[in-house]
Amino acid sequence: MGDQLNAITTIFTEFYYFVTIVFMFLIHVGFCTYEVGVSRRRNHLKTLMKNAMAIPLVTVTFFLFGWWIYFAFPNGPGITGGLITAPYAEPWNPLMAPHLSGVNPGEQGVTPADALIWHRLNGVFWGAFLLFSITTASIISGSIIERARSGAFWVIAVLVGSVLWILDAAWGWHPQGWMVKLWGYHDASASGVVHAIAGGAALAFLIALGPRIGKFRADGTPRDIPPHNVWLVTIGLFLIYTGFWGFYAACNIPIISPATIAGQITGETWTATNIYLAPTTLSAITFNFLMSLAGGMMGGYIVSKGDPYWTFSCGLCGIISASAGNDLYHPIEAMLIGGIVPVICYKMHYFVENRFKIDDAVGAVAVHGYGGFLGVVVAGFMLWGQPSSPYEGFAHINPLGNFAGAVLMFLLGFIPTLVACKIMDGMGLLRVPQKVELEGVDFALNHAFLASVREVGDAEKAMIK
Amino acid sequence: MSTNGMTSWAVDLKDVGAIYPFQGWEVLLVILGFIFWIGWHIIQTRQENEEIAADMAADRSGDETRASIDRYF
Repeated sequence: MGDQLNAITTIFTEFYYFVTIVFMFLIHVGFCTYEVGVSRRRNHLKTLMKNAMAIPLVTVTFFLFGWWIYFAFPNGPGITGGLITAPYAEPWNPLMAPHLSGVNPGEQGVTPADALIWHRLNGVFWGAFLLFSITTASIISGSIIERARSGAFWVIAVLVGSVLWILDAAWGWHPQGWMVKLWGYHDASASGVVHAIAGGAALAFLIALGPRIGKFRADGTPRDIPPHNVWLVTIGLFLIYTGFWGFYAACNIPIISPATIAGQITGETWTATNIYLAPTTLSAITFNFLMSLAGGMMGGYIVSKGDPYWTFSCGLCGIISASAGNDLYHPIEAMLIGGIVPVICYKMHYFVENRFKIDDAVGAVAVHGYGGFLGVVVAGFMLWGQPSSPYEGFAHINPLGNFAGAVLMFLLGFIPTLVACKIMDGMGLLRVPQKVELEGVDFALNHAFLASVREVGDAEKAMIK
Repeated sequence: MSTNGMTSWAVDLKDVGAIYPFQGWEVLLVILGFIFWIGWHIIQTRQENEEIAADMAADRSGDETRASIDRYF
C-alpha cells in the first residue's frame, strides 16, 4: 500500500509539472506577441525571431549544463561547502533520458535511490526549470528591440538563462542553498531569482546599447515611441498572465510527506510546499496571485491614467512584487503590495529614462527589475522571523537577508551582462549600424517579401484573359 | 519574534492553522481593502471627469469627429 501511494504521488507530481510546462509556454507566446506589438512595422520579423530563438538556444544549453548547475552549486561553492556531485543532472547520465525505476546491469552513473526518485521527475523538473530559464532570458528581449543585434541578445540569453539565473536559483531557490541557510533568504515565487536578475541584466544591456534613434530630443528630453499595435501588446500581456499560472504552480511541490522532506516537521500530514520544502498550499498562491494582480492593475490604471499598456504591465508587476511572499501572505496584504509597488516602479521607469537616458522599450527593467527587487525587500519585512526552511539551523527570514539577496540578484544579472555587452560592443557585435536601424532591421526580409508578392501577382495577372 | 507566530517547522502540521503574517489584524486588513477599492473609484472618477472635460473642449469645429466617423476602422 505504501509503495502504491508513493507511486501515485510520483506520477501525480510528474503530471502536475508537465501541466505547468504547457501553461508556461504561454508566457513566451505572450512575450512574442507583446514585443511585436510594441515594435514598429519595419522591425516586426526580427523582433519576433530574436525572442523566439531564445527558446531553442536556452533549451539546448540548459540540457547541456544549466540543469547540472542547479544541483552542483547550492554551496556556492566555497561558502557552505564544495561543489555537489549530481550525476542525475549530468547530460550524459541515463537519467537524463527515458528511464524506468530500476538500474540495468552495467549502467553507469545511476544508483537505485536516484533512479527511484528521478526516473519520472527529472524530465518534468528539467522542463519546468527550463521554462523559468527561457522566461528570464525573454524578459531582456523586449527592452532592446529595434537596434540590438539578434546574435548579441542570443549570447546574453544563454548567459542569463542557462548560467546566471540557475546559479542564483541554486543559491537562493534551493532547499539547501547557501543564501537560504545563512541569510534566511525567502523568495517563494521568484521575485528576485527570476525577475530582479533579468531586470538587472536588461538594464546592463540597455546601458551598453544606448537608446533608439529619435528616442531623445536634442535637449535630452525623451520622446514617446508608441506601440504600433496596443491590442497586440495587451493580448500579449494577457497571455503572460495566463502563463504565470503555470509559473506559480511550478514554484510549489504539490504533495510530499514529512518523512520525505526529512526535516523537522513531525507527524504524518502530507502537504504541498514551496521550493524550500516549507509548507504552503495551492490555495495560498491562488488567492495571492489574483489579489496581487488586481492590486497591480488598479494601481497601474490610476498612476498611468488608464493607459492600457501600463495598466497591464503594472498588473504583471503587481504579481511580481508579491511573488517573494505569496506562499504566505494574506490576500489583502498581497493586494496592497501589488497595488503600491508597481506605482513606485512606474515612477522609477520615467525617472531613470529622464535622468540617465535609458530607453527601455517595454519597461522591463521597471516591471521585472525594480518590481522583483522591491518584492524581495518587502517580503523580508513582512515575513520577519518566520522559518525559511523545515531544516534545523537555517537562518530565519529577515529584512537584511532579503535586502542583501535582492541586491545580489540584481547585480548577478547586471555585472556579467554589462561585461559581456561591452566586449561584444568592442567587437562591433552589439548594435546594428545607424543606416540599418533607420531602414528597419527587416529591410532585406521586406524586400524579398515584396519581390515575391510582385512576382506572383504579375504571374497571376498574366493569366487573366 | 515572528510575524506569523511560527519560529520553527518542528511541528505536526495537523496542529497548525493560519500561517499568514499579522494574524489578528484581519478586520483592519479588510478595512484597508475597502479603502483601496473605494479610493480607486473616487480617484478614477476624478480622472475620468477631467478626461471628459478635455474631450468636450476639443474639436469645436467637429472636423476631427467627422473624419473619425468616416474612418470607421
